[in-house]
Amino acid sequence: MAEAPLIIIKDVVKSYRRGNQTLPVLTDIDLTVPRGAFLALMGPSGSGKSTLLNLIAGLDAPDSGEIVVDGLTVSDLTESDLARWRAVHVGFIFQFYNLIPVLTALENVELPLLLSGLSRRQRREHAENALALVGLSDRLDHYPAELSGGQQQRVSIARAVVSDPTLIVADEPTGDLDRNSAEDVLNLMERLNLELGKTIVMVTHDPHAARRARTMIYLDKGVLSDAPQNPLA
Amino acid sequence: MLLKILWRNALRHRLRTSLTVAGMVVAILSFGLLRTVIDAWYAGVAASAANRLVTRNAISLIFPLPLSYAAQIRAVDGVRLVALGNWFGAYYQDPKNFFANFAVSADSYLAMYPELVFPEADKAAFMRDRKGAAVGAKLATRFGWKLGQTIVLTGTIFPGNWEFTLRAIYKGRDRTVDETMFILHWDYLNETMKEQSPHRADQVGFFMIEVNDSTRAAGIAQAIDARFANSRAETLTETEKAFQLGFVAMSEAIILAIRAVSFVVIAIILAVVANTMAMSVRERRREYAVLKTLGFTGTQIAGLIFGESLVITALGGALGIALTFPAAQAFKAAVGQFFPIFNVSRETILLDAAVSLTVGLLAAAAPAYTAARVRVAQALRKLG
Repeated sequence: MAEAPLIIIKDVVKSYRRGNQTLPVLTDIDLTVPRGAFLALMGPSGSGKSTLLNLIAGLDAPDSGEIVVDGLTVSDLTESDLARWRAVHVGFIFQFYNLIPVLTALENVELPLLLSGLSRRQRREHAENALALVGLSDRLDHYPAELSGGQQQRVSIARAVVSDPTLIVADEPTGDLDRNSAEDVLNLMERLNLELGKTIVMVTHDPHAARRARTMIYLDKGVLSDAPQNPLA
Repeated sequence: MLLKILWRNALRHRLRTSLTVAGMVVAILSFGLLRTVIDAWYAGVAASAANRLVTRNAISLIFPLPLSYAAQIRAVDGVRLVALGNWFGAYYQDPKNFFANFAVSADSYLAMYPELVFPEADKAAFMRDRKGAAVGAKLATRFGWKLGQTIVLTGTIFPGNWEFTLRAIYKGRDRTVDETMFILHWDYLNETMKEQSPHRADQVGFFMIEVNDSTRAAGIAQAIDARFANSRAETLTETEKAFQLGFVAMSEAIILAIRAVSFVVIAIILAVVANTMAMSVRERRREYAVLKTLGFTGTQIAGLIFGESLVITALGGALGIALTFPAAQAFKAAVGQFFPIFNVSRETILLDAAVSLTVGLLAAAAPAYTAARVRVAQALRKLG
């Protein structure tokens, strides 16, 4: 029997209100993402990519439709239940890293574990391992301002994986990086997917980054359109 | 680690935080000093004993009562001891050298005030010398008086230069006791009056009465006043506390103003801290959205903001409280003659701490509410 998909999106509609106007962002989205997928979500600005990513990650709620992640209908959860669910099941990688500037690299990575009930020693151990995974064992006590963009994004990746989430969502993870740093980050994400089996959904503008994913889908004006398959898939 | 975040967040804008903490220090210091001034006003009330009554002329304190009343008061059931006295109203060398000076029946008065603590030998020397004087330790220090020294006071109510020999210096049994009084023998005053102004002799300004049972004080006071009803000099007898409160009531408007100012100061610092917190939260909206993304709930984020606000106000409050003591000392040195008891009380310190806590919580309330309600998708929004 085939393994159930990790993400099932059914008839999802999402719009935003601006003044008296209602702006449709996503229209009747249907999508399934298998476990262990590395999915690139592409499309022009304003197509609804980030909105769809937010819905999958439980950061926003759809106007209608259903989103099921790992068997749980996240679109039905309350805000506090969603927060608890995100803490355990979702790791986030942002375009602008979004590290807390007053915390060191180690403390930034340790941050999500504060909600886990682990002891201080265990938290530190996990955070050190995550930073070792991204090759930053020698930068534990550095503050974000003391790190390059690429290093900050690697810290952000370590923070995303430290709680061993089911799903990693990445919003333009290479959008603010130079070519070499972007390559490092993509290599890391590829490793997370292939070696650790993490399911990754990545929004990107960058065709080069998208090609590193195993599947690509396109959004245009809030509608999913046929996507050419990635040669790696 | 959460404490680390609170501390580092509080210090993120060092200048802004320093200025806010400085404002808090000034506010708590001012609040503490103003409360201490109010306490000083009520010091006489606080030092009053429940078993002591004061009998004075019913018309006003400035009108005397006949000495003969002493025996009649002594005869009232429940009265244990009667002392008598006059406000002497003299100054030392210069009218600005103002202090409380009383002519009293020394034996009964000192028996009634065990809180004035004397070395026994000095007390006996004072009792023996009709021209002797007993003064509080602070007053003696203020003018550098030594035992055996002749002190000349200039009378205002009882004109002329009055010579006394300093025989005893008392200390207060506790911090609430006034150590700035000058006590002389009423007999000495009365004998002098007999010689110089016979019509002013045998006249008493007030009677101090000690009762056997303080729960009967009100009834005894009524009995004393009833005894002199419809006489040429009717009396008004009240507890020592009520008598002292009567003096405080004369300054009620000033006390009310001081009290109001003390709370205005707190209201101002509340606005300042609230502004600091609002600015911080506005600047960190994105960070709070990130924390929410990582799984922190609105309540936990609000907790971080309350914590940061409390770090700032606790720091300012603690420094303000620490500085209140030397400031009160300096204030006392400058205006001690008006406030014989000027001590920063435990209640004032507790009130300072409570105010710091309240300001910390109230200042953070609105910013915490805002941060807790940050919509992650909006705060991090990037159309695409």
